Amino acid sequence: MKNRPGITKWERPSHIDDYPVGPSFAAGHLVTMNAAWRTFRPVIDLEKCTGCYRCYLVCPDGVIFKKEDKVDIDLDFCKGCGVCSYECRVDAIEMIKESGK
Amino acid sequence: MVEEKKFISGNDAVAFGVRLARPHVISAYPITPQTVAVERLSEMVEDGSLKADFMHVESEHSAISAAMGVSVVGARVFTATSSQGLLYMSEGLFYAAGGRFPIVMMNANRSLALPWSIYGDQSDSLSQLNSGWIQVYVEDAQEVLDMIIQAYRIAEDPTVLTPFMVNLDGFLLTHTYEPVSIPDQAGVDAFLPAFSTHNKISLEKPLNMGFSTTPQDNLEYKYQQHKAMLDSVEVIQKTDSEFAERFGRKYGGLVEEYFCNDAEVILITLGSVTGTARVVVDRLRETGRRVGLLKIRYMRPFPVNEVNRVCGTVKRVGIIDRDISFGYEGTVFTNVNSALSRLSNSPETVNFVCGLGGRDIAKEDLEGMFLQLLDGSGSGEMERVQFIGMRVSINDR
Repeated sequence: MKNRPGITKWERPSHIDDYPVGPSFAAGHLVTMNAAWRTFRPVIDLEKCTGCYRCYLVCPDGVIFKKEDKVDIDLDFCKGCGVCSYECRVDAIEMIKESGK
Repeated sequence: MVEEKKFISGNDAVAFGVRLARPHVISAYPITPQTVAVERLSEMVEDGSLKADFMHVESEHSAISAAMGVSVVGARVFTATSSQGLLYMSEGLFYAAGGRFPIVMMNANRSLALPWSIYGDQSDSLSQLNSGWIQVYVEDAQEVLDMIIQAYRIAEDPTVLTPFMVNLDGFLLTHTYEPVSIPDQAGVDAFLPAFSTHNKISLEKPLNMGFSTTPQDNLEYKYQQHKAMLDSVEVIQKTDSEFAERFGRKYGGLVEEYFCNDAEVILITLGSVTGTARVVVDRLRETGRRVGLLKIRYMRPFPVNEVNRVCGTVKRVGIIDRDISFGYEGTVFTNVNSALSRLSNSPETVNFVCGLGGRDIAKEDLEGMFLQLLDGSGSGEMERVQFIGMRVSINDR
């Protein structure tokens, strides 16, 4: 079972009824990657990680997800804010400068 | 079904209507001349006869924001304001309409500063016609009570989902007393079902609500709002008929005609001045003059077809405006003329700007308007926009 939303293919509306009533839509609807302005990327050292889930809780974008008792980061959406690295109590997360790919 | 009759003010009537509509939350800030309505509601919450949460908000802007918050969880909410308060929440009005939240609001029509005035005119709500709210203007306390109940039903209709403003004249209606029939709760419960909507947040179906758009999509959302307001006409008529069936009072939908069928000239009114105008029509009819009165109830959606049907074949139409769009003309006048411009032959129209800042519109003023419409100005053209009841002479333009 997926524990986070993925990117869905989005067909542009062709009829007015394809629009929702009012500017609202099902939550977790992602149609495109959104990480282009990231300058630093978080890298987790899984040896140091204790699985406390503090980074998972504080991530403002909700891109850190639970994986096999520890965590992983969805780099399609991570903005590189560094809150996870700052908050990690065992310094398991390092912010590495993006190489400019 | 026995209706209770009480001798109450317009503000009291609002509170009675709201209690019958069973909102979950009242979120309102006091402002003259609406204050008593909100005070009555707080008393009703306190004595347990109204089972609602009464929120103390710190301003009208907060009042409408809180009201949206209530609507977002699918609950029924009521708010009320007037004049400066309405304008303070102005950005919220557009927000609520765009968000498709069926909030019902009572607005006590009061003049806008400057000069600062607590007295009645209709410049406040008429200045907000573009906000996307359905707007009705009532003639008396009975109508305001009845319209609060009808408002929820119309606003919450799934084809409408548009907020609804019930306007009543400040002091003239809010603070005067008349005998009002209070419908029974069982009757109202049968007429007005519980609020149910898909446009709400929930744990079962989480929504991302109130998002922004790029130029790619903005127009389509605005079109939806516009279409919903046009679709509301049918719901308004149906609600008016069903209300009449159940409670015995029929208001006529978007407009009410009084002796228009064979009228040579017609006066168009909004709100309490309609009552005074009826007496003048009766008086003039006794002298054999064929005058008629068209009460516009809803300014949005605007009764284009009704105005054209009723006024299309008369000699002259006078439009009373208790507001003025500076540098041009009264707002009701602009709206009526736009409707009439669709006709290949339209009557001459005259704007009577009067009753600003609480100034009385006397029977003599109305009689003068009718006589002017009937006889014309005598020499040359009639002035198109006339300020009635000026107490000083002015320089010729």
